[in-house]
Amino acid sequence: MADTTMEKRLPGEAVASKAPSPLLVAVKETIFTAVLVFLLGVLMVGFQTQAIQGQYLSFVTRFDDVLWAVAIVPIGRFLLALDRQGQSWPALIVGGLAFLYFFGAGSTGVMELDVYKTLPLPFEEAMVNVIFGLGALLVFGTAIKSLRTAGQGRRTLPAREAAEARRANFARRLSVVLGPVLVAAAVVLPWTPWGDRQLVDSLVLVLTYVMLGWGLNIVVGLAGLLDLGYVAFYAVGAYTYAKLSTELGLTFWESLPIAGIFSAAFGVALGFPVLRLRGDYLAIVTLGFGEMIRIVLINWQAFTGGPNGIGSIGKITFFGFPFERKAAEGVTTFHELFGLQFSGSHRVYFLYYVILVLALITNFATIRLRKLPIGRAWEALREDETACRALGINPTNTKLTAFAIGAMFAGFAGSFFATRQGFVSPESFTFIESAVILSIVVLGGMGSQVGVALAAILLIGLPEALRELALYRMLAFGASMVLIMLWRPKGLLSYREPTILLHARNKKPMVSGTVK
Amino acid sequence: MNAALQQMTEPAMPLLTVEHLTMRFGGLVAIDDASFVAQHREITGVIGPNGAGKTTLFNCITGFYKPTVGRLTLAAADRPPMLLEQMEGFKIGQQASVARTFQNVRLFTGMSVLENLMVAQHNKLMRASGYTFLGLLGLPSFNRAERVARDLAVHWLDRIGLTHLADEPAGSLPYGDQRRLEIARAMCTEPVLLCLDEPAAGLNPRESAELNTLLRSIRDELGIGILLIEHDMSVVMGTCDHIVVLDYGRKIADGSPSEIRSDPAVIRAYLGEEEE
Amino acid sequence: MEYLLQQLINGLTLGAIYGLIAIGYTMVYGIIGMINFAHGDIYMVGAFQAMIALMIVGTLGISWVPLQLAIMLIVALVLTAAYGWTVERIAYRPLRGSTRLAPLISAIGMSIVLQNYVQLLQGPRPKPVAPVIRGGFALTGSDSGFVVQLGYLQIMIILLTVALMTVFAYIIAKTSLGRAQRACEQDRKMASLLGVNVDLTISQTFIIGAALAAVAGMMVTLYYGVNDFFMGFVAGIKAFTAAVLGGIGSLPGAMLGGILIGLIEAIWSAYFSAEYKDVAAFGVLVLVLIFRPTGLLGRPEVEKV
Repeated sequence: MADTTMEKRLPGEAVASKAPSPLLVAVKETIFTAVLVFLLGVLMVGFQTQAIQGQYLSFVTRFDDVLWAVAIVPIGRFLLALDRQGQSWPALIVGGLAFLYFFGAGSTGVMELDVYKTLPLPFEEAMVNVIFGLGALLVFGTAIKSLRTAGQGRRTLPAREAAEARRANFARRLSVVLGPVLVAAAVVLPWTPWGDRQLVDSLVLVLTYVMLGWGLNIVVGLAGLLDLGYVAFYAVGAYTYAKLSTELGLTFWESLPIAGIFSAAFGVALGFPVLRLRGDYLAIVTLGFGEMIRIVLINWQAFTGGPNGIGSIGKITFFGFPFERKAAEGVTTFHELFGLQFSGSHRVYFLYYVILVLALITNFATIRLRKLPIGRAWEALREDETACRALGINPTNTKLTAFAIGAMFAGFAGSFFATRQGFVSPESFTFIESAVILSIVVLGGMGSQVGVALAAILLIGLPEALRELALYRMLAFGASMVLIMLWRPKGLLSYREPTILLHARNKKPMVSGTVK
Repeated sequence: MNAALQQMTEPAMPLLTVEHLTMRFGGLVAIDDASFVAQHREITGVIGPNGAGKTTLFNCITGFYKPTVGRLTLAAADRPPMLLEQMEGFKIGQQASVARTFQNVRLFTGMSVLENLMVAQHNKLMRASGYTFLGLLGLPSFNRAERVARDLAVHWLDRIGLTHLADEPAGSLPYGDQRRLEIARAMCTEPVLLCLDEPAAGLNPRESAELNTLLRSIRDELGIGILLIEHDMSVVMGTCDHIVVLDYGRKIADGSPSEIRSDPAVIRAYLGEEEE
Repeated sequence: MEYLLQQLINGLTLGAIYGLIAIGYTMVYGIIGMINFAHGDIYMVGAFQAMIALMIVGTLGISWVPLQLAIMLIVALVLTAAYGWTVERIAYRPLRGSTRLAPLISAIGMSIVLQNYVQLLQGPRPKPVAPVIRGGFALTGSDSGFVVQLGYLQIMIILLTVALMTVFAYIIAKTSLGRAQRACEQDRKMASLLGVNVDLTISQTFIIGAALAAVAGMMVTLYYGVNDFFMGFVAGIKAFTAAVLGGIGSLPGAMLGGILIGLIEAIWSAYFSAEYKDVAAFGVLVLVLIFRPTGLLGRPEVEKV
């Protein structure tokens, strides 16, 4: 094994004489990791505090968990350290075996997770298994990767650029295929045997986030304005419809445009003073505005109903025909109109198609806007604001348009949310929502429409599907945000298609490395 | 250029009149009471040692800085004179038709070469797209305007020889091409005054010579004024009709290339004072 | 008048806490230009560890208050610093040199992870902490009959903050660590060419930031006597607001911003409405940014073109 190690080294490294032995380095790292894990865990994991009658604290110890962590995590670290030194086989074997052990054979498998979900104490055996299992998988995967790339040495810059270009090209081709496939699948899904009510209901949620993601993509992906308070416009849309419905008795279809315009107006009003700020300042101010709107919603009892929100908001109708078993005198219901048996699912399916259409409108509007002068100006502004000013482009107005249009789509989505729930409260519009929507945009690959849809399915759909995770759901959500970013810092599908082409695409390959 | 033509088209005023321009940053005086004029159909060179205030001068003219004191009058043929120092930054490009390039090239690197040139025609296309509303509907009038804009872009791509790279990301071009593309982008705004900040920096001799030809042809064919900051004397002497020399923010000389070449103050500024 | 004095004292105490958290934001922003969104949650972890440490100390029968406090401080400081280091190592370092948004998203993810990690380990309900330091001086108001209270705890918080700031200012100004840090802030690439270990310096920045946040967490544990896993969010936003208000990247600015936010909050709650105190803090931030975009003590940015 020592021979192979030598081969893998770059010539320059082999000459470096006083390099410490690989084993020593690995042992050092292992000890460091053990100490670190101990420090991290000794109080937070080792002691569980409990409030007795809400008065004083008592605790239970969980030292065994700390010990397990201190024992197992450094082993993983050791294996990874060896792998980095060129010895991948131990990592491969131990990682693989450990993975099999933690996930199946030797213990409570992951499948029986839901047995534990009612227990009050976290980090039950099953969860520990899952966490260690994933860790083992990481070790195993790293080993496989280094074995596959072994002997290639470090990749040169042109090689990396070429790989980057290949990836972009792949993303482009994938998007071209995947876009229509996803849309077609979305359209026919409710008619297939899999499209039961529960799934469709979950998909309504996913599509809402797809729409919000596409809306925010205009602001963040195209115009490059970091907006951490996007949920504010969603809230404005939702409350606008809630008020219009409960106070004036307007229907969803009548309110939808009003809510959109109202949100856009809000976008302009908020954006005007702050859009001259650069980058991160804008982020914090938008975050502040988002929080301010939420605080106002909580405290302005008379208008917003305070923390309790507004209830009995008008349900969606089939363009005037309600989805009800029995309608008021003189009103035809949906099932009567079509001579169907009444079913509560009709409304769900209809909501599904409404949000699908709204989302697709957002999508097509974005695609169209990109190719208009305003869209190009957004992208130019994202690239270099100074150059834009030199070209006579009004930065404030251009940004304001992006902000307003993004806000408008959030307003549409907001009023859809209100009619779907029949109830709005400030709880639905916390910062975490803004963070989720922004993550969808960034994880999807900024500016990529298909990427945003994929990210929404991944981030919203998967946790919906894995309800058994219960308490661990948000933990998994946050961890996957970190992991996807580490794995694909530029997002899942990141590529950029020029908005105008002089030469037909197939004549030239899209590899930027070939120029020169 | 014959005198008859000059009389016919040229208004009485020079294209750009800089009067008593002073720019202070805190205690530092970057430009100190500089006055000069740039004529129509002429290339006016601005030279001087490093730190003489040349780029600051450009930033004042193109609205990135507000001058502490002074007046900048732009008198284009077809419109009333404008006072640049009173205009908001982007309006100098939008309304006064002053275009510029930057010392360190500022392209939209992620966008394609052609897109860079389309963005330059933003204001024209915005009007044609009915401020986006009509464009969303895809009206033929907008499509026509877009085609015209594309043709102008292609015209300039042909002139700088980058047509075959039109769909490549601007950032992937070699440095010399990026410099020329930036000039083409400025020209796509259809300016009356073009300000070039060291366009020859980093170019090899062959590229510099090509640049000379390009600048002279812009002047002769389009009849616009060019303001040129440059260290490369082959470019300056080869193209400029008129040269202004700055040193420590003050104007120390102003005249034709041959006058400048023999001006003792200029020689002192460049070579230093001889000690006796 | 006495009432106002009381609010000033309360605001100053609160401001000291915000200021300590704000330093973590401003330092990280200064050196790698990212908003460390998880910093508020690091503070929360610090508060929890301080709380657990206090509980253990009580169980062990150590009852001499200064010793209790010292143990609590050291334990919270060291263990929370470990969290700061780990977060940077796992979630931010691999993304260095990537796009501007990648570390931000990673940080938001990390913030969610930390919140839920603590919620899972320690339960979702608020944890009460019995007061350790009681009493204070009564600065009697003369005629109105209103008694201004200056708690011993408040004095301790303010003194400890001043002491930490002094040490900290010394580190930044005089030590090699401080020099390396300032160098990285100016130009990371150049600093690394000159032999500064950039990775190490950034790690140290996170460690210091986390340690200061832990101290803030300890103070809050003692001051309010209740901790919950969500407490880092609002405190974090306000501290970041403070950092921006003072001029992000500026250390005295972070402290000044923290104190201002604390004062605004205390005075607004006292004279107007407690419900809208956060709106007031953000409102001030927006106004400052509009009229002085670099914050109060930030260096004005001359645009380079």
